[in-house]
Amino acid sequence: MVNVGVRLPARGLISAKGKKTIALTAMVLPGAVWLLLFRYAPMFGVIIGFKDFRLPNPRLGILQDIFSRDWVGFSNFKLLFGNPMTSNVIRNTLLYNITFIVLGTLIAVAFAIMLNEISHMFLSKVYQTAMFFPFFLSWVVVSYFLFAFISTKNGVVSPAAFGLVDFYLQPEPWPFILIVSYIWKMTGYSSLIYLAVITGIDSAQYEAASIDGASKWQQAIHITLPNLRPIIIILFIMNVGRIFNADFGQFWALPIDGGSAAATNATGVVDTYIYRLLRTSVNIGQSTAVGLFQNAIGFVCIMIANTVVRKVDRDSAMF
Amino acid sequence: MDITQKTKITDGGRLGRASLFSRSVINLITGGFALACLIPFVFTVIISFSAEESIRRNGYSFFPSEWSVAAYKSAFEIGDQLWRSLYNSVLVTIAGTVLAVLICILYSYALFRRDYKFRGFFAFFCFFTMLFGGGLAPTVIITQTLLGQDNYAVLIIPMLVNVFNFIIMRSFFQASVPFELIEAAHIDGSGEWRTLFKIVLPISTPGIATVSLLFMLAYWNEWFIPQLYINNNNYVPLQYLLVQMQRDAQYMALNAGKAGSGIMASIPTESLRMALCVMIVVPISFAYPFFQRYIVKGLTVGSLKG
Repeated sequence: MVNVGVRLPARGLISAKGKKTIALTAMVLPGAVWLLLFRYAPMFGVIIGFKDFRLPNPRLGILQDIFSRDWVGFSNFKLLFGNPMTSNVIRNTLLYNITFIVLGTLIAVAFAIMLNEISHMFLSKVYQTAMFFPFFLSWVVVSYFLFAFISTKNGVVSPAAFGLVDFYLQPEPWPFILIVSYIWKMTGYSSLIYLAVITGIDSAQYEAASIDGASKWQQAIHITLPNLRPIIIILFIMNVGRIFNADFGQFWALPIDGGSAAATNATGVVDTYIYRLLRTSVNIGQSTAVGLFQNAIGFVCIMIANTVVRKVDRDSAMF
Repeated sequence: MDITQKTKITDGGRLGRASLFSRSVINLITGGFALACLIPFVFTVIISFSAEESIRRNGYSFFPSEWSVAAYKSAFEIGDQLWRSLYNSVLVTIAGTVLAVLICILYSYALFRRDYKFRGFFAFFCFFTMLFGGGLAPTVIITQTLLGQDNYAVLIIPMLVNVFNFIIMRSFFQASVPFELIEAAHIDGSGEWRTLFKIVLPISTPGIATVSLLFMLAYWNEWFIPQLYINNNNYVPLQYLLVQMQRDAQYMALNAGKAGSGIMASIPTESLRMALCVMIVVPISFAYPFFQRYIVKGLTVGSLKG
C-alpha cells in the first residue's frame, strides 16, 4: 500500500491520500495546461487594447513587441465609438440575438409540443431525424445551399421578384435570410432538447388533468409549459449571456466573406467586425479593444441574468 | 352515467388523441418543416448531377434538362487539391478527436471525483473560461507564437479542449459510475490510473461515444481555424477548400471576364462545386444514426445537469 518511489527519502512519506491527489492532478494537467496557454494567457493579452498596436513588428519577439508599444489609455475605445460602423454592428448583434432568442425559443417549444402529439412513432422519428439534420452541417455547407437558391446567375429565386438586383450586393434581404437560416438550422436541435424533457414528464399529471376535463391546449399551457420552465430558463440565461456574441460562421459564410461592402450594413456583427479589424484593416489594438468590450459586457450580462434567475427560481440558476 | 365517464377518459386523455383536425394540422406543419430541412441538400445533389450545359441554359433547377456525372468524374480526375484536402480533413479529424477525447476524459474524471482535493479549484479554472475570455486578437497572437502557421499542429491543438464537453462527460460519469465502485477498487489495491482505464471507462462507453462524436463533428466542420492560420494549400482541409471556392466564384461573378484567382482557378465548373459540397456532407450522413442516438442524449444530459 505504501509503495513509494525510489527518489523519496523515507518510506511512507506520501500517504495513500497524497498519491491519489498526485494521480488526479496529473490527469487534470493536460487540459489545465491547454486552458492556461489558450484561454488564460490571451486574457492578459487584452492589454494590447490599451496600446498603439497596428501591425506586429517581425523583428521583435511578440512579448517584447507588446511591451515596447506606447500606452494610449482608452484612445482605441474612443476612436471606435466615434465610428458609426461600431454602433451599427452592436445594434445588429443585439437585434439579431433578441430575435433569435425569442423566435428560436417559441418555435422550438412549439415543435417539441407538436412532435410529442404525433402518436405515429415512425412518422415522429422521421420528422425528428430530418429536422435535426441541418444542425450537423457547417455554415459553409449551408452557404452553398443558400447560393443554389439565390445566386443571381443561376439561382431559382429571382432577385427581380423582390425588386432587387443581386441578393449578395444589397443589405435589404439579409435580416430575413439570416433569421430564417438560423431557425432552419437550430430548431431541430433545440426542439429535441425540449422534447426530451417533455417525454420525461410524469404521465399521471396529464391523466389527472384529462379526468378533470382539460383540453389538449389547456394541458399544454398548464402542464407541459411549467415543466419546461427550468430548461427554458437555463437556455435563456446562456443565450442572454452571449447576447453580444454572434455566430461568426453564420454571419461570415452565408453572405460570403462577411458580405459585400453594401450588404455589411445588415450583415455586420461584432464578431465579424473584430475579425475584419484584425485581418482586413489590420489594427490589432482596436480589434483587441472591441473583443475586450464584447467579453466584458458578456460577463456582466451573464452575471445579471444568473442573479435574476436565482431570485425567481433558485434551482434553475447556473451558479 | 358509467358509460359517459368512460368515453370521456379515452377521448380526452393523454393516452387518447387530439381531434382529427388538429392531428392533421400538426402533421402538416412538422412534416412540412422536416421536408424543408432536407430539400436544400437534395437540391445540391441534383445540381451536382446536372449537366453543365443544362445549368448554363436554365440555371440551377430541380428538374435539369440533362443529367450527368461529369462533375464527379472531373473531381476524381483533376482533383489533386481535392485529395490533399480530403487527406488533411481525415487526418486532422482522427488525430484531433483521439487527443481531445483523452484530455476530456482525464479532466472530467478528476472533476467527477468528489474526493479530489483540488476539485473545486480546477472546476472553477475551466468554467470561468466559459464566462470570460481574451478575445480573438490576443488568442490569435498567442496561438501563432506557440504553434506558428501552416502545419497540422495549428489545425489540431487550438480545438483540443471544449469545456462544454467536459460538463457532458462529467454528467455521464455521475450518471453511470457509482462511487462505491471506485472505493471498492481502491480497497482491492487498484491505482488511480488502473481504476480509470480498467473499471470506469468500460462502463462509460455512451459518454465516450457522445464526446467523441461531438469532437469529430467539430473537427470535420471546422473552417475558421484554417482561415486564420493556413496560407499554404498543402494544409487546406475540405471545409476551407469550400470557402475558397465560394470566394473565388463570387470574385469571378463580380469581375466578369477576369479569370478567378487562387486555388480553384483550374476547376471552375458550377456542378463540380456542388459535387464537393455533397462529398463533405455524405460522411456526416453515414455517421448520422450514431450522432442522433448519442448526441441528443449527451446534449440533454449536459444542458440539464450543467
